[in-house]
Amino acid sequence: MGAQVKITAKQLSIGYQHSAVETIVASGLDCSLRGGEFVCLLGPNGAGKSTLIRTLAGMQKPLAGELRLSGKVMRDIAPRERARAVSVVLTEAMPSGMMDAYSLVSLGRHPYSGWFGGLTSQDRERIDWSIDAVGARPLANRQVSELSDGERQKISIARALAQEAKLMLLDEPTAFLDLPRRVELMSILRNLAHQENLALLLSTHDLELALRFADRVWLMTPEGNLLQAAPEALALNGKFAEVFATENLDWDVSTGSFRAHPVACLMVRLEGQCIERVWTQRALERLGFGISEDDGEAAFSLKVKKNSWELERFGLNQNFENIESLIEWIRSVDWKGQIAASKLARRT
Amino acid sequence: MFLLSICLGSVDFSLSEVLQTLLGHGDSNAVHRQIILDFRLPQVLTALLSGAALGTAGLLMQTVFRNPLADPFVLGVNSGASLGVAIVLLAIGPIGLSLTDGLAGSGQMLLIFASSGGAAATLFIVLLLSRRVDIMSVLIIGLMISYTIGALVSILMFFSMAERLQSFINWSFGDYGNVSWSQMRYFGPAILSGIVLSSLFMKPLDALLLGERYAESVGTRTKQVRFFVLLGASLLAGTVTGFCGPIGFLGIAAPHLSRYLFQTNNHQVLIPASILVGAFLSVSADFVARGPGLDVVLPLNAITALIGAPVIIAALVKQGKMKRLF
Repeated sequence: MGAQVKITAKQLSIGYQHSAVETIVASGLDCSLRGGEFVCLLGPNGAGKSTLIRTLAGMQKPLAGELRLSGKVMRDIAPRERARAVSVVLTEAMPSGMMDAYSLVSLGRHPYSGWFGGLTSQDRERIDWSIDAVGARPLANRQVSELSDGERQKISIARALAQEAKLMLLDEPTAFLDLPRRVELMSILRNLAHQENLALLLSTHDLELALRFADRVWLMTPEGNLLQAAPEALALNGKFAEVFATENLDWDVSTGSFRAHPVACLMVRLEGQCIERVWTQRALERLGFGISEDDGEAAFSLKVKKNSWELERFGLNQNFENIESLIEWIRSVDWKGQIAASKLARRT
Repeated sequence: MFLLSICLGSVDFSLSEVLQTLLGHGDSNAVHRQIILDFRLPQVLTALLSGAALGTAGLLMQTVFRNPLADPFVLGVNSGASLGVAIVLLAIGPIGLSLTDGLAGSGQMLLIFASSGGAAATLFIVLLLSRRVDIMSVLIIGLMISYTIGALVSILMFFSMAERLQSFINWSFGDYGNVSWSQMRYFGPAILSGIVLSSLFMKPLDALLLGERYAESVGTRTKQVRFFVLLGASLLAGTVTGFCGPIGFLGIAAPHLSRYLFQTNNHQVLIPASILVGAFLSVSADFVARGPGLDVVLPLNAITALIGAPVIIAALVKQGKMKRLF
């Protein structure tokens, strides 16, 4: 296995230094990245994901601790040598004017080219390979300013690939992209990590995508700790739920997604096994109902079958042929009065 | 354009006469010889070099600052020079130092020292401060220092006599006619070395198009490059200002026109292009300013703007938006 350790950090403190004032974002971080591994860096806003990425890339000095790249201390490595080992994709805007995608990608060859930046046939081969690897061949001759966000992100990744570094660090490359393009980008990156034996670290806010693609997850907690595990392990040991829970939001381990706290306390009894049941439950939760399994306090009960919703309320039955009309009915009822009545009933 | 500019002026020559004189085997009369070799030729050569210098310097500044409005003088070189000159003309002059008739002879040399000194001093201060801050702040520091110096100059002007003021204003119009052959020995090499220095940084300049962080990530020593590029640009701009006065507009116009003409941001193309475009615009402006067929010499600065501005506007309008050009 070519799983040689590429980057290691021990007791790393990251943050900023202005004059004599140090702002520590996170400290005591131990981590390592190795080839062939696609790692997603997760954490709430402000936990220090970008700072960690810049520090690992050698673009920002660690405040304390040890950072090594293939055994050598990071700050002792010459910029050009470092650029051959580590490439980055940042959140910063790329230049827009008067540059075609091919030229932008070719800037990734700077760590290899001579004083005036002339390209050899070997350079051109690598540039072409990089463009093909992200599926951007049709974009190569277009102006960067005319590309969409998703296309520009691909070119940006191709530029990093052209750098031929075994370690690639990406800071939120999927922000601003729509869902299909996010999925596409994630699968391109994961395949690159596996096929080219790259060590790939990607920060993202997209928990659900990270769960589906990451080999490992680095989870930064608001307290400045870094948890590392397989994504499923972090789901099962409740760390996701703990880190991402807010006043109004829960991370639900049974569905692997976020769920808003129910606002009202009206319960619905739900029966059924089909796919319609899943989406009916989502609709009810969105409308502020809780789901219960017994009749006791339910405001009404629903039997869901394929293309049929049988509603029972106060002993009366009502049928709906599609979910649209069911939702419309639910929204037309005055549930506030209902809540008051049920509270009264509970008291007496 | 170069030859045309030598031929025509307040005295007109034929092309063959000029060529023969330049090649050294003309039998034309001594007065014509002197006009061509000692006045016309150095002036046009100065225009050529100045245009090349300002075009290059403008390009460097626009790239380093990632700002399409940057010009060679954003670091305050211009205002520094004007303060030097203002001190000589407006302050020292009146208190007894004899300037041989304002703008001639040794007085001329003194002016060059004053403006080069002023430019160098300002540059030194700005570069010193710029090592501690990010690139946007350098731009603002340069601007603020320019304003400060401009204020000092205004105060000097306020307390000055009318004829002194007139010679200061004449200096601020800009003139390529002040560089004699003996001064060309300093002017020429200074400009050429500035251009060579800048050309050495084509590759890191391309990387800087990505922004400083990306440039660093591909192995560029950003701070070092920034320092040398600013030094080169300021050497070019400072030298031109020192010898010819503040020549506006060429520095901002030449790079934009080059980008438009060659449709690229690659410095391997843009540096030579800006040199050529700058030189061409500059010689043309000088040609128009000397008003062939007229007996007056127009302010050079007015002509550079009159020629340059419409060119830029036309290029921008045709291109649609700045984003595609810069």
